[in-house]
Amino acid sequence: MKVTLKIWRQPDAASPGAMHTYEVDKVSEDMSFLEMLDVLNEQLNAQGEDPVAFDSDCREGICGMCGLMINGQAHGPEVTTTCQLHMRSFKDGDEIVVEPWRSDAFPVLKDLVVDRGALDRIIQAGGFISVNTGSAPEAHSVPVPRDDAVRAFSAAACIGCGACVAACPNGSASLFLGAKITHLGELPQGQPERHSRVVDMVAQHDHEGFGGCTNIGECTAACPKEIPLDVISQLNRDLRTALVHGR
Amino acid sequence: MAVSGLLFIAFVLMHMYGNLKAFGGHDSYNTYAEHLRTFGEPILPREGLLWILRLGLIVALIAHVASALALWHRAGTARSTKYVAKKNLGSSFSSRTMRWGGITLLLFVVWHLLHFTIVKINPAGGATNDPYNLLVDSFQEWWMTILYLVAMAALGLHLHHGTWSSLQTLGWTSSAAARTRAKVAGWVVAIVIAGGFSLVPLFVLFGVID
Amino acid sequence: MASPIDPSHSTPTNEPPVQVSDDAQGYYVPGEPLVDPRTPTGPIKDRWTTRKFENRLVNPANRRKLSIIIVGTGLAGGAAAATLGEAGYNVKSFCYQDSPRRAHSIAAQGGINAAKNYKEDGDSTHRLFYDTVKGGDYRSRESNVYRLAEVSANIIDQCVAQGVPFAREYGGLLDNRSFGGVQVSRTFYARGQTGQQLLIGAYQAMERQVAAGTVTEYTRHEMLELIVADGRARGIIARNMVTGEIETHLADVVVLASGGYGNVFYLSTNAMGSNVTATWRAHRKGAYFANPCYTQIHPTCIPVSGSHQSKLTLMSESLRNDGRIWVPKKKADCDKDPRQIPEQDRDYYLERIYPSFGNLVPRDIASRGAKNVCDEGRGVGPEVDGVRRGVYLDFADSIARLGEDAVREKYGNLFDMYKQITGENPYEVPMRIYPAVHYTMGGLWVDYDLQSSIPGLFVTGEANFSDHGANRLGASALMQGLADGYFVLPNTIREYLADGPFDALDESHPAVAEAKKSVEDRVQHFLSTNGTRSVDSYHRELGNIMWEYCGMERTEDGLKKAIDLIRGLREDFWRNVKVLGTADSLNQSLEKAGRVADFFELGELMCIDALNRRESCGGHFRAESQTEDGEALRHDDQFAYVAAWEFGGDGAQPVLHKEDLVYTAIEMKQRSYK
Repeated sequence: MKVTLKIWRQPDAASPGAMHTYEVDKVSEDMSFLEMLDVLNEQLNAQGEDPVAFDSDCREGICGMCGLMINGQAHGPEVTTTCQLHMRSFKDGDEIVVEPWRSDAFPVLKDLVVDRGALDRIIQAGGFISVNTGSAPEAHSVPVPRDDAVRAFSAAACIGCGACVAACPNGSASLFLGAKITHLGELPQGQPERHSRVVDMVAQHDHEGFGGCTNIGECTAACPKEIPLDVISQLNRDLRTALVHGR
Repeated sequence: MAVSGLLFIAFVLMHMYGNLKAFGGHDSYNTYAEHLRTFGEPILPREGLLWILRLGLIVALIAHVASALALWHRAGTARSTKYVAKKNLGSSFSSRTMRWGGITLLLFVVWHLLHFTIVKINPAGGATNDPYNLLVDSFQEWWMTILYLVAMAALGLHLHHGTWSSLQTLGWTSSAAARTRAKVAGWVVAIVIAGGFSLVPLFVLFGVID
Repeated sequence: MASPIDPSHSTPTNEPPVQVSDDAQGYYVPGEPLVDPRTPTGPIKDRWTTRKFENRLVNPANRRKLSIIIVGTGLAGGAAAATLGEAGYNVKSFCYQDSPRRAHSIAAQGGINAAKNYKEDGDSTHRLFYDTVKGGDYRSRESNVYRLAEVSANIIDQCVAQGVPFAREYGGLLDNRSFGGVQVSRTFYARGQTGQQLLIGAYQAMERQVAAGTVTEYTRHEMLELIVADGRARGIIARNMVTGEIETHLADVVVLASGGYGNVFYLSTNAMGSNVTATWRAHRKGAYFANPCYTQIHPTCIPVSGSHQSKLTLMSESLRNDGRIWVPKKKADCDKDPRQIPEQDRDYYLERIYPSFGNLVPRDIASRGAKNVCDEGRGVGPEVDGVRRGVYLDFADSIARLGEDAVREKYGNLFDMYKQITGENPYEVPMRIYPAVHYTMGGLWVDYDLQSSIPGLFVTGEANFSDHGANRLGASALMQGLADGYFVLPNTIREYLADGPFDALDESHPAVAEAKKSVEDRVQHFLSTNGTRSVDSYHRELGNIMWEYCGMERTEDGLKKAIDLIRGLREDFWRNVKVLGTADSLNQSLEKAGRVADFFELGELMCIDALNRRESCGGHFRAESQTEDGEALRHDDQFAYVAAWEFGGDGAQPVLHKEDLVYTAIEMKQRSYK
């Protein structure tokens, strides 16, 4: 099949960008979306035009490196990562608009590549359990109720791709933030730092310039790992408790 | 945002309850209005309670609007370059109309206060010192009823998302059951309040109340 | 245990090997025998404890004056950065991804082994050690493997304390499963995302140190050269992948934790960016490369769907527990709907050839079986370059026996993944699978202390060669990465650092200037060649050569042919590659060009190593060395050694140093799955 792509091109962070139109022929429906872009890039390379820069690494939906806004949807029309989206989700003759994640906290570096370092800095602010290597007690010394472990795991499945930010009309990273708060807060090991963690991480989130959450729910609909909105509730609950206790 | 919003919900519930007194007729309604002014006397001066409530509402309004503006501003600076194409899939219509809906409601509140409290405008040109008559005269005008119904639709939408959202923001939705309750509460509050307010103008327009 | 050898004595159980064949004659230069200067002695169970005590300590006050560069942020690199940061050293961590959390350890599915014996099923440190050496076909160092088994239990403690949400039983204790054909349940797991959860744990520990100021992270930075000054590794040249700036980073010691080199095959289960450049550049500067031909090929991957394919996706091999593998008996049936092919026209070839193990034969046997039937022209699925490369993995019998719901319960997520990628519903149509390159056991040679043959250069995780021999057991890669990063390296690197800080190095030092210039020259060369072929097209062609001749089955003639083909293609690459864009910006073609250039050199060395090793062991199968039944035949008398290759210079032959493998706590055995 054949598709028409409208792609955001921007040479670097400092230069302005614009949408450019390209056509790609002989697209197989077994191609992943990124493989289709690989084909475009081979084509551009042959024509002497700079290939489109986009991020991807594992291409099996787990590393969180890829992420494109495809026809107005983060990661495109399926609930999955961009690398796991296949061309069978499109039709011959489709026009596909491809944009980078739009968030001022994620500056565009080139074309479709953005800088998501803000998410790392939120983790640095408290998204961990302070335990030095070698100082851990025997693993079975603290049993963890199975349901708590399951809920912690579901939240910990976040891949840090930033789709929640990209999809949120407010540009908030609350789903990402809530996922980490819930992951660590559900486990007994995470309790000692529970209050300071939420206060510090929220402060860093706001400092990075992410928007505030208005509980709209676009984030969870875009999340390739289907992180539920209740992690934001958990975040709010923990924040309230921390503030009431003077952290 | 959430706290001031919940205060407003409490207020509009009381307000709606008062409005329904119109079904009791001229005296019932006016007595209720008068009673609001004398409540708490002689410890409080006349209109004392009313002013306490008014002050509370003004503070809540300032907090609500200021938070809304702050959130709006943050959203704007969080994404200064807009998408060429953007779809909304996970959000309700009500959640996406909170801001413009909120402005609509703010304008409406200004009009509403001018209409019934500050200036007291009687579209029929009659007396304005009798609350019940002012009410009936106003809503016998079809356009006035439409205006209020539109405002109530906006209020209903605002409350539908607002109720759920405030409970979520306050962290009272962290279990599945609590989330379901909060969602249901959004619907109930929206329908009861918007519907309850709409009854009086409609019944006036159709001549049941006169 | 096969033999009740007292683990406390250290008498060798095997004779030193004497190689008779010399297939690679004319391709290499024989070098001096290699002896690990840091080999521990004494009873095997005390060796690590003794070594930890013997290695000197570094005064806490001095640690912040000592700087450590760590390249790679996977389990080995991330865990090391966190631990060394906690200890107070001044750590600089590099990764090519946009965040340390994206390292490819994240993609590991199955689990992590640890000798906790929580199931009281007879597991022990010694049994894990024994299974790992045996699984590696007796081509790993026993002291290293024993240490790995020994620290495995600490890993679980550490990860649980960090908040890794392992699967748990209803009582709240950790759940275990049996994995990869071993008879004990020692595998800890977090659904099918164990690697992700462990990596996030290491990443968070590392980010905590970033906040504490002990670790500085350099993301979107790619190491392009090692700086060796006055005989010591003292830093790296890295390219800032956003600005294009060629940066010099100096330190007292350099650690490479840059992963494996499976992408030399172009198609593999590795990430797109996984590459050999860090280790290969170190190899060119004097670090020996050990056993490069040992690659693990995983039998249950989703087949190639067309020439556009950019990578392969692995599915857990647990699928073989309930799926039956078959191909049509007749070539004519290969493009038919498999459901229309009657039972008598199907060849369940694994069940036919290996009646006792059937579909559960080890990875390499299952992989080779699939290759053989496809080579005969009986493969299924779409034709890619004229050949159908796929075999059926059929769940119809299981669905009939257990019901669709039971199958969904067990394999639902894998079936969904398969459907997402292929568009076919495996509940109705048999799955198609084909082997894919998954892991590389070879890597930079290191001593017991994980130091390479360049003083001050340490190598951890998949990037080194030491623990898995010729084949790696399932759920052992995560164990090794974390063992090296959390527990081994921090205890061995201090012996080296105790002599530091070393003399301050200046950017004007000739070694630094030379390294920087060579990187800049290479970048300029790629950008100014202005040829006609894209980097990817060369990479794909190299991958095809490697897969064809240095893949699942290797022959003397094939390997020699491959070496010729690689040399010709490499020459063409340097003359005719087309890289657009500029040096001073984000340029993904330029990044790939450098990686592919190094894959060419590595590929040739892999073929030479495979050519030299005229035996079949683990993941390395030489057609010339098989039993009458077509099974792998090891030659311990000739090849019980580590082949450590020294870079001979551009255009010159590599030098082979042999390190004999001596076993004291275990006795070598041939395996049999008939």
